[in-house]
Amino acid sequence: MAEANAPLLTTADGRPLKAALATAQQRAKRRAFLLVTPLLLFVLLTFLVPIAYMLMRSVEHDGFAASAPALVTWFEENPDFDPANPPEAAYAALVQDLARMQVERTTGIAGTRINYSVPGTISLFKGGARAAADLAPPYRESLLEVDEAWGQTALWRGMQSASGTYTTEFYRVASDLKLTDEGWARGQDNERIYLYLFIKTFMISAIITVLCLLLAFPVAHLLATLPMAKSALLMILVLLPFWTSLLVRTTSWIVLLQEQGVVNNVLVSMGLVDDAGRLSMMYNMTGTIVAMTHVLLPFMILPLYSVMKVIPPSYARAARSLGATSWTTFRRVYLPQTLPGIAAGSLLVFILAVGYYITPALVGGADGQLISNLIAFHMSKSNWSLAAAIAAMLLVSILVLYWLYDRLVGIDRLKFG
Amino acid sequence: MKKTLILSTALVSLGFAANADITVMSWGGAYGEAQNEAFVKPFVAATGKATIMVDSDNPATPIKAMVESGNVTVDVASLEYADAIRLCDEGVLEPIDISTLPAGADGTPAADDFLPGAVTECGVSTDIWSNVFAYDTTKFPEGPTTVADFFDLEKFPGKRGLRKGAKAVLELALMGDGVPAAEVYDLLRTPEGVDRAFAKLDTIKSEVVWWEAGSQAPQLLADGEVAMTTAYNGRIFAAAMNEGKPFEIVWDGQIYENEMFVVPKGAPNMADAMEFIAFATSTEGLRASAQQISYGPARKSSMLEEIVFKDGKTVMAPHLPTAPANMGNALETSADFWVDYDAELNERFQAWLAQ
Repeated sequence: MAEANAPLLTTADGRPLKAALATAQQRAKRRAFLLVTPLLLFVLLTFLVPIAYMLMRSVEHDGFAASAPALVTWFEENPDFDPANPPEAAYAALVQDLARMQVERTTGIAGTRINYSVPGTISLFKGGARAAADLAPPYRESLLEVDEAWGQTALWRGMQSASGTYTTEFYRVASDLKLTDEGWARGQDNERIYLYLFIKTFMISAIITVLCLLLAFPVAHLLATLPMAKSALLMILVLLPFWTSLLVRTTSWIVLLQEQGVVNNVLVSMGLVDDAGRLSMMYNMTGTIVAMTHVLLPFMILPLYSVMKVIPPSYARAARSLGATSWTTFRRVYLPQTLPGIAAGSLLVFILAVGYYITPALVGGADGQLISNLIAFHMSKSNWSLAAAIAAMLLVSILVLYWLYDRLVGIDRLKFG
Repeated sequence: MKKTLILSTALVSLGFAANADITVMSWGGAYGEAQNEAFVKPFVAATGKATIMVDSDNPATPIKAMVESGNVTVDVASLEYADAIRLCDEGVLEPIDISTLPAGADGTPAADDFLPGAVTECGVSTDIWSNVFAYDTTKFPEGPTTVADFFDLEKFPGKRGLRKGAKAVLELALMGDGVPAAEVYDLLRTPEGVDRAFAKLDTIKSEVVWWEAGSQAPQLLADGEVAMTTAYNGRIFAAAMNEGKPFEIVWDGQIYENEMFVVPKGAPNMADAMEFIAFATSTEGLRASAQQISYGPARKSSMLEEIVFKDGKTVMAPHLPTAPANMGNALETSADFWVDYDAELNERFQAWLAQ
């Protein structure tokens, strides 16, 4: 009750204190927001928008739908037609569309779209479009006379599936499915590549992560325990390659490891290997693993170092004085305290390795290629939708891993340095 | 303030100056250099229009990306025949009217002067080049002579260089397996034919070094990394003539095609680009190109007089893919085939590589 009678607290100019505080806080918030706005805009424009655009690309392609309106309408009205034996009305719509494509010069666009799932269709469309204006009913017979490939079941399935603007077709292709006369089915062994490469990419990345951890752990420990002057010197040895261009480091590995390279020359001159039996350590999986481990090593050392640096040596001493062996001390006292660093380093190295492109492209040869090289391949062959679908699958699998990691280790335990 | 104004004006005018350049994108290396000498420099001298040349491993890739993203910085590009047709169908290229091309030096209209197929809806041929294979004569004095020898690791041991891609590799494999040139594409349209080509490639797979840029092939041969390699014939010719390398071309099983100048849709200097193409593909332009590198001119009138290499003494005729002696067992690349099957076969090729 006393409070109600108390005089209202005001500032020097007579405004209520509460209101003045609120205004001041508002201003501070606005200022803080203004300060981060450039970064927000930057991230939005250069990161989120392109990713959203890429995800759209992987499901959206109206190359066929936009150039064949009559057939699209027909497919909408007859969703359950028999692709093995389409009726005359479907052929009539197709011929009408082909004639239109010839006039609007969209044959290539439509043909290319269908060609993604049914190879050999671009020239089929071109031939059909050239002839379309002169065709007379019955269209079915006359079109099949131009080229009997127009009767293929897979082609009609392909056109039906391409008649929408949105499609899951690219994801199916990226999962090694092929469009056959019976519908989507697993491709033959010698045609399957994507899932194999996904698994291979994750395996190689895991191997590289483990190698990095094994190599980095003692180095980071040494860095953390040496006196400052010495550890600073060692740190430079770690950071110097880190600051050197990725391309330079990769090409130096080529110089070292190729068949006429430094390592082989040394081995031959020492008589360990004879001249004809030079080891092939480059342009294969070995080259990819060696070069990538080296390139990614600092990403493991630095988080480990930052964690080890702050572990008080007295803990280990206490354990020893209580009778623990060195191994027990390491296993039960030291190692658990380095876990946040191990976790951060491994996550960093693994995620970087999964998306790596330049190093495998340069030193991978035929069997050291990763999934990113295939994304680049499809970009260069201008099948952007398929490239986007593979990239999206890669993105999703990394997010799943991240989520699993969060469940198992806890993201709050990450410590990057 | 005044300083900023002057500076920004200068920058803007610089930007405009850069835009006024006609940009020609080609394949770099000995070929790009030859085009620069034969087309770009004389064009600049004749018209005074600033023209520059830029390199790409395959100009078809950046061109498509530029047009799709609406940021075209190239006015003229040099493309493989199948790519020129495919991109034209996809609406990425400007149509070129054959009637705007100059008549031959002997007065023949362009339409009759160009070889069959050398002018398409969107492209004009600059030359006829060929995929051949070459070897180092110091390694094999008795030399491979047939396309089958390329796949014969017993008779001719050593690594092989091959272009990393399906095109021209599958054809070579089939011809190496004894398929006559005329039947190659019919066979490749069937799954059995494709299997057969890959089976043939399997026999040398462990010994293959794959190259991607045209200039890598002569380099691999010169470094001794491979004993023989497929290559563009002009690159081998250039290495032999300009650098005195002991390289010999095997013409048996050569795979030849037209190289096309095209204009990407939305090119910043469209009119200048067309003028450049008309200039470059004139009788004289094509002759000048054939004096630089051993690719055959696409106009009949360019070949009326004997063409001599820039060294002043080598007669070019026997070094051209189109020379009768070199055409014994030759295959013309089927643009129709590669437009249709490029995606599928390259995917299969990637899968095969990774296995």
